[in-house]
Amino acid sequence: MNVDNTKMMDIKNIVLRFGGVVAIQNISFDIFKGEIRAIIGPNGAGKSSMLNVINGFYHPQEGEVWFRGKKRGSMKPYQIAHQGIARTFQNIALFKGMSALDNIMTGRFTHMKKSIFSQIIWAGGASKEEYENREVVEKVIDFLEIQHIRKTPVGALPYGLQKRVELGRALAAQPELLLLDEPMAGMNVEEKEDMSRYILDVNNEFGTTVALIEHDMGVVMDISDRVVVMDYGKKIGDGTPDEVRNNQAVIDAYLGVSEH
Amino acid sequence: MSADFLYTIEVILNGLMAGVLYSLVALGFVLIFKASGIFNYAQGVMALFAALTLVGLQEGRVPFAHLINAVFGTKVHHFDWTLPAIAAIIFTILVMVLFAVLVEKLILKHLVNQEPIILFMATIGLAYFMEGFGDLMWGSDVKTLNVGIPQGGSLWFEDFTIGWAAEGEKFYGMYVDLLDVWAAIIAISLVLFLTVFSQYTKSGRALRAVADDHQAALSVGISLRVIWVLVWSISGFVALVAGMMWGAKSGVQFSLSLIALKALPVLMLGGFTSIPGAIVGGLIIGAGEKLFEFFMAPIIGGATENWFAYVLALLFLVFRPQGLFGEKIIERV
Repeated sequence: MNVDNTKMMDIKNIVLRFGGVVAIQNISFDIFKGEIRAIIGPNGAGKSSMLNVINGFYHPQEGEVWFRGKKRGSMKPYQIAHQGIARTFQNIALFKGMSALDNIMTGRFTHMKKSIFSQIIWAGGASKEEYENREVVEKVIDFLEIQHIRKTPVGALPYGLQKRVELGRALAAQPELLLLDEPMAGMNVEEKEDMSRYILDVNNEFGTTVALIEHDMGVVMDISDRVVVMDYGKKIGDGTPDEVRNNQAVIDAYLGVSEH
Repeated sequence: MSADFLYTIEVILNGLMAGVLYSLVALGFVLIFKASGIFNYAQGVMALFAALTLVGLQEGRVPFAHLINAVFGTKVHHFDWTLPAIAAIIFTILVMVLFAVLVEKLILKHLVNQEPIILFMATIGLAYFMEGFGDLMWGSDVKTLNVGIPQGGSLWFEDFTIGWAAEGEKFYGMYVDLLDVWAAIIAISLVLFLTVFSQYTKSGRALRAVADDHQAALSVGISLRVIWVLVWSISGFVALVAGMMWGAKSGVQFSLSLIALKALPVLMLGGFTSIPGAIVGGLIIGAGEKLFEFFMAPIIGGATENWFAYVLALLFLVFRPQGLFGEKIIERV
């Protein structure tokens, strides 16, 4: 992990409301280039909302998102994808009718620039582009060790493999910032170990910055460089795993505080 | 072989060919329904509009001639040029793309996240608007369309089959219309093209992705609006092909838009979400109604072609509501 303390993303004073409900209350934190940044917190703390703000599904009422040193204006999610931010979803959002290979190929969308006309006549570089991107995808497939399910429609795959294909789709985009929403939810111990290894490898080998939400404390403390803790839409802790572990507010939020 | 048997074969053959034309219309429905969940009632009118535009451009008709003449008291009707068929086809494709852009900008954009029934109503409105607009633009007279597709019976096929009947039987060879043969060839190429396009291009995958999951599609960088324009352009193109074939067969007239209704039973048979289903459904309806007419009309009186397709579709609705190829409807309790 080559964390060099330059800010890849700076999130400033985000407030997000749904009607009268305040999902995120004035939260600020930053993500360094090359680090694994975790967001943890009890259910309903606003973690997924935070991820949705980062990738543009939600537009916060207040606050600013700075990406690569520039303040980000109001952007659509697909535009943000083109900026180099890829993500996975808590409840797997794959293209169910398509094969694993095709799903991961859609991850290359932002890298394929040939015109629609070129694609229609399958000339003028469109076929070359298709093959080049196919090679990238094959590397991702090798990396995630899912060669045997390349042609399987993902709807027919077991849960753990679906999660892996979804990670593959995000990786195929070769993102600068990878957002993972509970990448290990619903997995057994072995699958969690595999997934942790993939996340660490992605971070190490490709230098991809990772921001992830996870419930499994053991995993979070093992693989992240820094952790943000949220509770009821507020930030209650921020620091290295050790700092967070010893933070009284965090302990209270997780274990409950007795009334004195 | 007995002549009766050969006649039956001939009826099936012609039915299949007629079915191809139903399939072409149904194909346009399926494309839009798959990608955006909209049942596009205007698909038939799009075919009519495309055919009108094609004839108009080819013959160098002045658009809105009636309107211009009424307002300015002039008597314009034709420019003094005509276009070769291929140029007229290309310009018509451009018109259909422009139409797709306008549909997205003026209608779909404002109806994002609405109930399917509202989108359906919008396409009904669109259908009637386009019918009126087409009338205003090109006039309501029946136009002959000739884009150079061979027409008439195939003499070769007649000669080829004439010897099949047993000695002494009255049989003069099978009749197959060349136009129908061409329609079949074009339909097959169209389906092959669409299959390859959707499997092996970035935009094709994006189309399928959007059909499956909007959020995930956005997250990999696909713009829904661009995809909708693309989908409407493609079905505009399919509409043009269908309109061209029907127009060449029976003249470009406003009853063409009613053909869209025949696509409904085709879709109920084939399934609303399946491209092969649209083709097979069309073939079954085409061959089925001709066969039924051939055998049953002498017994129960004629004109069975008007209702047979709908009765068949009703039966399918009862026993297999998702159609032959449609996705299974699973209800979770």
